[in-house]
Amino acid sequence: MITIPYLTALTTYFSYGLLFAFGQFRDFFRKIVDWWSHSSLQGYAPICLGLEDFYIRRLYLRIQDCFNRPISSPPDAWFDVVERISNDNNKTLKRTTRVNRCLNLGSYNYLGFAAADEYCTPRVIETLRKFSASTCSTRVDGGTTTLHAELEECVANFVEKPAAIVFGMGYVTNSAILPVLIGKGGLIISDSLNHNSIVNGARGSGATIRVFQHNTPSHLEKVLRDQIAEGQPRTHRPWKKIIVVVEGIYSMEGELCKLPEIVSICKKYKAYVYLDEAHSIGAVGKTGRGVCELLSVDTADVDVMMGTFTKSFGSCGGYIAGSKELIQYLKYTCPAHLYATSVSPPAAQQIISSIKVILGEDGSSRGAQKLARIRENSNFFRSELQKMGFEVLGDNDSPVMPIMLYNPAKIPAFSRECLKRNVAVVTVAFPATPLLLARARICISAAHSREDLIKALEVISTVGDMVGVKYFPAEPKKQQLEGDRFKLD
Amino acid sequence: MDTMLSAFETMVKSVSDWVTLACDTPFARAVVFGVPIRGHLLVEGLLLVVILFLLSQKSYKPPKRPLTKKEVDELCDEWVPEPLIPTISEEMKYEPPVLESAAGPHTVINGKEVVNFTSANYLGLLGNDKLQESCTKALEKYGVGSCGPRGFYGTIDVHLDCEARIAKFLGTSDSILYSYGLSTMFSTIPAFCKKGDIVVVDEGVHWGIQNGLHLSRSTIIYFKHNDMTSLQSILENVTHDNKRTKKIRRYIIVEAIYQNSGQVAPLDEIIRLKEKYRFRVILDESNSIGVLGGSGRGLTEHCKVPIEKVDIVTAAMGHALATEGGFCTGSARVIDHQRLSSSGYVFSASLPPYLASAAITAIDVLEDSPNLITKLKDNIATLRKGLSDVKGLEIVSHPESPIVFLRLKKSTGSIKGDLQVLEDIADHLLKEHDVFVATSKRAIVDKCKLPAGIRLYVSAAHTESDLGRACESLKKATARIFEGQ
Repeated sequence: MITIPYLTALTTYFSYGLLFAFGQFRDFFRKIVDWWSHSSLQGYAPICLGLEDFYIRRLYLRIQDCFNRPISSPPDAWFDVVERISNDNNKTLKRTTRVNRCLNLGSYNYLGFAAADEYCTPRVIETLRKFSASTCSTRVDGGTTTLHAELEECVANFVEKPAAIVFGMGYVTNSAILPVLIGKGGLIISDSLNHNSIVNGARGSGATIRVFQHNTPSHLEKVLRDQIAEGQPRTHRPWKKIIVVVEGIYSMEGELCKLPEIVSICKKYKAYVYLDEAHSIGAVGKTGRGVCELLSVDTADVDVMMGTFTKSFGSCGGYIAGSKELIQYLKYTCPAHLYATSVSPPAAQQIISSIKVILGEDGSSRGAQKLARIRENSNFFRSELQKMGFEVLGDNDSPVMPIMLYNPAKIPAFSRECLKRNVAVVTVAFPATPLLLARARICISAAHSREDLIKALEVISTVGDMVGVKYFPAEPKKQQLEGDRFKLD
Repeated sequence: MDTMLSAFETMVKSVSDWVTLACDTPFARAVVFGVPIRGHLLVEGLLLVVILFLLSQKSYKPPKRPLTKKEVDELCDEWVPEPLIPTISEEMKYEPPVLESAAGPHTVINGKEVVNFTSANYLGLLGNDKLQESCTKALEKYGVGSCGPRGFYGTIDVHLDCEARIAKFLGTSDSILYSYGLSTMFSTIPAFCKKGDIVVVDEGVHWGIQNGLHLSRSTIIYFKHNDMTSLQSILENVTHDNKRTKKIRRYIIVEAIYQNSGQVAPLDEIIRLKEKYRFRVILDESNSIGVLGGSGRGLTEHCKVPIEKVDIVTAAMGHALATEGGFCTGSARVIDHQRLSSSGYVFSASLPPYLASAAITAIDVLEDSPNLITKLKDNIATLRKGLSDVKGLEIVSHPESPIVFLRLKKSTGSIKGDLQVLEDIADHLLKEHDVFVATSKRAIVDKCKLPAGIRLYVSAAHTESDLGRACESLKKATARIFEGQ
């Protein structure tokens, strides 16, 4: 749990209150002008009513240059960020031809497969020649090529499950699978900070949804017991089935899921476990097999394993791995399999090749090096940030590390000042996080060298002092410590 | 003894006398309908006391006894969940044919070359040299994936170029790219349609739209498939005498060419109705971009409707443009709104740059070679002519639709039964005649009730002999299957 200091909470509320008041003030005049000029369409209700887009108009637009920054190179360790200018107070941004070479601390390029790779890229281009860029067909019709069959086998083998099915987009994987697995009379128990795709999938399924406190197995147990004892609302019939949905690494918190505890609770109460490994597959574990490997959970205990290829594998799409029967059933019923274009062949090849590199099947030890590198990089960076006094969330080994900012004014300040010093960081605010808990998020990659990280730490430290986000006292430097000890002696 | 008895008797007598006296008081003698009743005052008095006593008491509530820990334990032990998935039946084991080469007009299945009618590669751009070249360049420059959502450094310059190119091609002010065709509709709809809004929608729309509607929580009213009188009567009903409707958003959602039937929506009529009843229109042009209209600008061009009249246009790019992903286009207001409110855009990694680059090139090629569209139109006409007298099957798709949709003339009575017959035909075609066609399969969550059929996706790259072969073998196959029955 994040505990926000009292004073910070107060100033944050004050800032948002001020922004709201000024926004309302401006809206008031806007309304008068609109009324004067009769610009709105007669007879149609406006696309956004009242306060529906207040946040975008009055808060987001002020700092929109911190988001959606275009780049003009692959999202590797260093990339070219395109400069944008605005002539109307940030309302619209225009691209310029100028670029800044920046250190990339924002992309999910955990293993460094984003840029051209000596093993993957030639194979991807070869595949493009053979299979073209698309199949223009769904998997069940004419969109299954030998490559797709190979990919599914490769993924199943990688995540250590009997079978797998792949889709062209990670978001669709979650939102189209849950409605097939569960429906009315079923119960989905979801972590309170699960990704939007899971939330949408759960809502689309028609099952009842209950939430348990983020990553708290004891609360999960309480919810499970209450729900099983009570049964369905009103009718009190027993639930048909219960699916517990958790993520491997929570992308906005950088926390690892407490999987062993959750799995044992689910086993005890006969609930099925659905694990979304979007950020953890490939990034953690000794051989990159995700949180199950890292926390030594038997994959047989996880009923549905989901993951995406966008992050560690530098491609696109998502997968579901599970028992042979589960996959057969999904292939027969899942709308994303029946109605959506199949995975683009070059992207499929990228996944196959990158998995081969990770497993060392390419005949080199690059995969193992990458995995060791990301672990080292992440732990080094996290501990250094903590030493400097930043409030860093998340667990060791996780390549995602959010730095808490809180105050709304610190969001653009942190982002712009870092960019000025050629370090590109991601700042996250509402709606991706709760209003009070704005943060900067750093994603470490295996492609970062030690020099890169040291440069990044220097910049972040300077900016952190400038913006005032070192909420904890800094740990004295090692040399100083030794010096003190020497004097004492 | 005697004295005691007599004393008791006197006591009883005096009590009874007292009671009689009390009852016989002049107040107590009431006459109801001529019958004098004695003693009622006492009874009523007693009743009043009882009522007052009862009122003063707390009402009875069964004692609240929460389940004990042991009871909950027992309930948890007793509870038996359904299996995660039902038992696998034989039909669920269906494995689609596996292609051994690109999904062009000719492809290889089981080592044999077959004519492919399952790929919505309408313009034959799949494997086009220019597209291949632009993909290769993009792959070399940007790698495969974008490794992030658009908000967080997943916006690559080709995305912005592609958005601008699409807007320029269709004559709109802006457009927005989605990373997957299917997610385009189910993200766009909930971004605009909210709880309480009214959405009037065709009953034949594909699952992507159905899912979007479900997620939007709007009030959904279906009209009969492609039936304008049904649409009009619903619009009339909704707006008639309802002053509140002026204040809520109203949408009509249709597909340009219906994936589930190959029908074309009469856009001019829809626009007339929309303007009369003040609805906004969301149009899915997935199967019509690059196909309908003289220069492939879709249904708006085909019906000669200015594109500004359609409020929101969406399309998947996995069809005529031979790439992947999807886009939505319209006024700047409509597009900007989606950039922060559309879940499939905000919360998903962006489209791989090489696919965006392929889309740009595909539009360039389309603009440079209008003969592709004429060739496609000729091919559709040829195929329809050849298939007009197939035994037991009828064409139900629109004459200009690149999806030639064949339905059973005589339904077996259930979609499942129909599908079985159609699948037998498709199987036979592939095995005996090397012609690869697809049936319209349905997911269990799909609510579309339209009859099943065989779908042939016509491409400009099909040769005359391909089309002739398809017709001939379909005739033979149906003759064979229907004979066997």
